[in-house]
Amino acid sequence: MKTRKNLPLIVKYLIVAAVYALFLLAGNLLIKNKVIGLYYTKVLMVVAINMILAVSLNIGTGYLGQLPLGSAGFMAVGAYASAIFMRKVPIDPKLIFPVGIILGGLVSGLFGLIIGLPALRLKGDYLAIITLGFAEIIRIVILNIDKALGITLTYGAANLKNIPKTTTFTNAFIWVFIACFLIKAMMNSRHGRAILSIRDNEIAAESCGINLTFYKTMAFVVYAFFTGVGGALYAGYLGILNPSGFGFAKSIDILVIVVLGGMGSMTGSVISSAVLTIVPELLRAFSDYRMIVYSLLLIIVMIFRPTGLMGTKEFNPRGIMDFFMGRKKRKEER
Amino acid sequence: MSTLSLIIKQIINALQLGSIFALIALGYSMVYGIIRLLNFAHCDIIMVGAYISWYFMTNFANMPYLAVAAAIFGCTLLGVAIEKVAYTPLRGSPRISLLITAIGVSYLLENTAQLWLGAAAKSVPPFFKVTTLSFMGLSVSTTSVVTIAVVTVSMTALTLLVQKTKMGRAMRAVSEDSQTAQLMGTNINATISFTFAIGSALAGIGSVLYCCAYNQASPTMGSMLGLKAFVAAVLGGIGSIPGAIVGGFVIGLTEVFVSSIGLSTWKDAVVFLILIIVLLVKPTGLLGKQVNEKV
Repeated sequence: MKTRKNLPLIVKYLIVAAVYALFLLAGNLLIKNKVIGLYYTKVLMVVAINMILAVSLNIGTGYLGQLPLGSAGFMAVGAYASAIFMRKVPIDPKLIFPVGIILGGLVSGLFGLIIGLPALRLKGDYLAIITLGFAEIIRIVILNIDKALGITLTYGAANLKNIPKTTTFTNAFIWVFIACFLIKAMMNSRHGRAILSIRDNEIAAESCGINLTFYKTMAFVVYAFFTGVGGALYAGYLGILNPSGFGFAKSIDILVIVVLGGMGSMTGSVISSAVLTIVPELLRAFSDYRMIVYSLLLIIVMIFRPTGLMGTKEFNPRGIMDFFMGRKKRKEER
Repeated sequence: MSTLSLIIKQIINALQLGSIFALIALGYSMVYGIIRLLNFAHCDIIMVGAYISWYFMTNFANMPYLAVAAAIFGCTLLGVAIEKVAYTPLRGSPRISLLITAIGVSYLLENTAQLWLGAAAKSVPPFFKVTTLSFMGLSVSTTSVVTIAVVTVSMTALTLLVQKTKMGRAMRAVSEDSQTAQLMGTNINATISFTFAIGSALAGIGSVLYCCAYNQASPTMGSMLGLKAFVAAVLGGIGSIPGAIVGGFVIGLTEVFVSSIGLSTWKDAVVFLILIIVLLVKPTGLLGKQVNEKV
């Protein structure tokens, strides 16, 4: 135990990265050898996308203690930005995809800044409603902007087609890693502690000299950035986009993942995005009843475990290593 | 038809739409006022009400009163049942868990309706013979007149109930400070259940009026209607009864105005834009009370 504790940070990170690379390699091998079929590969890609979306919403709900309901809007911005870029650029889409993803994230982050600055003046339910309003406006603008300006950019209700399908098992899960790593690194830093202190007591945090506006906006922008990344991956996964896919229900789905996993727990978000994506797929045989089972599950979990499955706990209960080591070890078995 | 009468006709349309929104917004507002919950299931209670009207109107077409009574009664019962089964066990837990439960209930109702009655919209027969009344060169359909009249009566009754009766006083007390109200001998559980019953009964009336205006019921009809009504409640100041009414009319007027100048695809965006502007200028809504924060 002692030796582990004294490992330099960089070595820890390298171990984590190596373990994760092994996981990716194993997954790839299984997919290549058709052990995991095409259908389940797709399910796994959706799992990865949901993980990114949930982990980033968790910044807003779990760490900042607010309730942003705008995930669908930021997702739409990221998805459309990256899809339009990917369609326009005549280079091999596989090479250019990381640029597309980052572009999607950046545009979405910019929107996060524009929306966050006014919206974060409000708290609690009002913040939820105002972000919901912004998300709906984004959707309606995407739907109507072509007709209003006489251009062909988003194709509105007529679907944005022929987006290169560049999302794969590997790059989706690499982005899960990047998102989790960066968010965790941020939360373990000074800035992260400032954000947590805002959640615990806003007034006390302010009186300790924490710049509320700055840190709230920062958390919000990071949330928007990674949601945009998730959206870009979603665009590359679907290959076709329609604004109606980014309605209010999408934001709610992601919120449900986060709350069910336990707000403030990244492990919880990761586990519950896997569970809540895979369970409906397994229930496909009873397709008529699956949404009923899903909603009953939601109500029952909330009644019997109101703090979510993981509470605010992370995977590693002993606190020996940081969470990241823990999560990877789960896959490798402890 | 002259421009003036066209404008008046649009205003009457707006009043009709706005009064339906206001009625539904009241349900959101009252429940929020008393247990600080955004009751997502409220919009699906309206959906259930519309289906009850559909069932009674197709099977007992000559008894519209029965359909109206059944819709209101059914909604009331459903609202109280939801409160007892899903929300009461969570009284002490974090508010977000309550919110997720409400979303779960909403999904449950929507999907049950879809499974049971199919995803396609059912057409509800008209409750009464719709005619056009002519008055000083204006033509107004009876539906508008009935809707506006019914909503006015319900609002007046509700205001009297909240302001003048013992139960109304209990409701106001619980929403102000539930613990103190309990110390003063108010039965909190009964008061909360009663609030849900009233809110759901209003949703029942709203669903009947919606069926009168649009003649259809579908499993997802509640979601957009509910979202707009909810926006109306927030716009007017959530928790405030006159606020919900004002908010409903503002939303109704906006929608009709934006549609009538030919931008109907943008109407939802305009509604949300107004909401955002109002919240930024006056964060508690138009008629909401400012609550000071205690350190």
